[in-house]
Amino acid sequence: MPRIEVDANRCKACYLCVSACPKKCLGKSKTISKKGYFPAEMEHPENCIGCTMCYMMCPDIAITVIKE
Amino acid sequence: MTILAKKPQSMTDKPMHYCPGCGHGIVHRLMGEAFDELNIADRVIGVAPVGCAVFADDYFTCDTVQGAHGRGPAIATGIKRSKPEAVVFSYQGDGDLASIGMAEIVHAAVRSENITVIFINNAIYGMTGGQMAPTTLVGQVATTAPKGRDPELQGWPINMCEMLAQITGAKYLERVAVDTPQNVMKAKKAIKKAFENQVKGVGFSMVEVLSQCPTNWHASVPQSLEFVRTKMMPQYPLGVFKDEGAN
Amino acid sequence: MTEKTLRKGNEALAEGAIRAGARFFAGYPITPQNEVPEYMSAYMADNGGAFVQAESEVAAINMVYGAAATGTRSMTSSSSPGISLKQEGITYLASADLPCLIVNVMRGGPGLGSIAGAQGDYFQATRGGGNGDYRVIVLAPNSVEELGNFPKLGFELAEKYRMPCMILADGILGQMMESMSFNFDPVDPNKLGKFGWAVDIRKNGRAKSKVFSYKGDDLIADVVERAKRYGLIEKTEARWEERDAEDCDVLLAAYGLSSRACLEAVNKAKEEGLKVGLFRPITLWPFPSKRLAELASKAKAVLCVEQSLGQLVQDVKLAVNGKTPVYLNAYPAGGQPDGNTILTAVRSCLNGGKEGLFDLQEHAAGFSYDCKRDESLGMQGDLKGGK
Repeated sequence: MPRIEVDANRCKACYLCVSACPKKCLGKSKTISKKGYFPAEMEHPENCIGCTMCYMMCPDIAITVIKE
Repeated sequence: MTILAKKPQSMTDKPMHYCPGCGHGIVHRLMGEAFDELNIADRVIGVAPVGCAVFADDYFTCDTVQGAHGRGPAIATGIKRSKPEAVVFSYQGDGDLASIGMAEIVHAAVRSENITVIFINNAIYGMTGGQMAPTTLVGQVATTAPKGRDPELQGWPINMCEMLAQITGAKYLERVAVDTPQNVMKAKKAIKKAFENQVKGVGFSMVEVLSQCPTNWHASVPQSLEFVRTKMMPQYPLGVFKDEGAN
Repeated sequence: MTEKTLRKGNEALAEGAIRAGARFFAGYPITPQNEVPEYMSAYMADNGGAFVQAESEVAAINMVYGAAATGTRSMTSSSSPGISLKQEGITYLASADLPCLIVNVMRGGPGLGSIAGAQGDYFQATRGGGNGDYRVIVLAPNSVEELGNFPKLGFELAEKYRMPCMILADGILGQMMESMSFNFDPVDPNKLGKFGWAVDIRKNGRAKSKVFSYKGDDLIADVVERAKRYGLIEKTEARWEERDAEDCDVLLAAYGLSSRACLEAVNKAKEEGLKVGLFRPITLWPFPSKRLAELASKAKAVLCVEQSLGQLVQDVKLAVNGKTPVYLNAYPAGGQPDGNTILTAVRSCLNGGKEGLFDLQEHAAGFSYDCKRDESLGMQGDLKGGK
């Protein structure tokens, strides 16, 4: 099953990944990061299909896409 | 466990300094992916410009040279002629390449220097805080065009790919965008090709990337993507303007 | 060491540079240095190097910046207005600690000036025409022989201290022919070791090399650290030549071609029974101040002979520090000194006369200039300019 990891220390909360995800898996975290952003986070991991579109749009290379 | 996508090996761990949503980071990553996939990471020497990407040298594992404003193609020429086996790129913004560095880019193309130029066009001066660029659209507001660019006073935007396509020595020219995953995929293909061309000895290759600058456009990230699509693309159509690679 | 041959200055310089291991040259046509790029275009490739005729002097110096970053012995040459254009690149080279050779075959200035040989770029060379706190080592040859042999010295100094080195010649030196020989065996640059700082193909996981100008937070520390090198250079690398300088009444101070005319004056003076000596700085930066001060303290006067309007004399005055009167015999914008005109000035130094001596403020005596706007010509607003 595919999943993603968001590096909260790299994410700048532009949410390009959120709008890129065709399955609307991603959302905004409610926890503030060390950088002072509310990073993107996986809200619906069950819907992830591992298409890597979130990774493709991320300008901060904060996302790793993994298939278990 | 399989990694489907992660930071390219040819990039460092340093978090990038660009503003949220900026296109630079996407383009950097596409370059890193091209270095990895072409297995050229240890042969690449990069030239970082004056502009927002002045710190680009922090993000690649390859050797890098910081240059003066607009002189990237001249510096890359000096490197490439001295180290022909190296894969040399010049990374430039629109003020850098299309204004102060116009002579250098044109003549690097004229000589068909076997280098790869990555040209980030966001229609504004980013690093200095949103002044009018040669690529600023008609009517687009900038800090030095407070009423919007007026062609009567400030002329019209300049289309670099179309202009350079007139030059025999320019071998590969493509304009791409990074506003959607689909366009990012196309941009990746173009950037990879521009480096592959150099490995094959094709000659001067340049990829122009329409890139969003939410900060200096005073736009949200979604608005800036919309600006790329609805305002920039009509002025700067995407596509291949020249492809005389070793086919 | 080669046999003596007759060579033109610019060609001796170009050949000397190739022999010294220069393997990258970028330049742009400008008189009176055209023989340098012409020679390079003919012979650089045969020697395994690269020649590029750049689109401008700005591009040429930046090509040198790129080539120098790879550790290649790299150079450019130009003449005065072209060197003005190169200043951006020179300050970047200095900031990035890159060694290279820059040749200025000076012509008359300012602006477009003339193509006559001149020395008007002394300030530009020694004070830096570019921005920021930096120095450039400046070598001033006075013969075709030195012009041919200084590129090797220039590259060695540039590499030793990781900074640009300039050869400051002039149009006549570049154009004249003299018998000369090279006093060194040709350098095979492939047999020179690599620099750890240079950019290159990375083998065996070598750490990343970064050549950079913008130092961010560390700028102050970097500039202060670099100044230590400058201090060491001032201490150890000053070069000069003396003729009858230990025991003279009037000590001439001159560099480059004017020093040749001074030699003539020294000899003529001897015939007249005047005791005249010559101090010729070979390095203009570092300026050989210490030795000049020693010699000046023994003389009645120091006479600075320069083909410019009071540039070298400033360094001479700084060195002499008021202990001996310093006079100026000036030949600006392409004017040429000869033994007789210099001797006239020498006599003035000794007898309190004024002939042949130049003083800027006295020069202005009685001068007035009409710079008023003239309403009878009409008003600025009569015809609206602009769009």
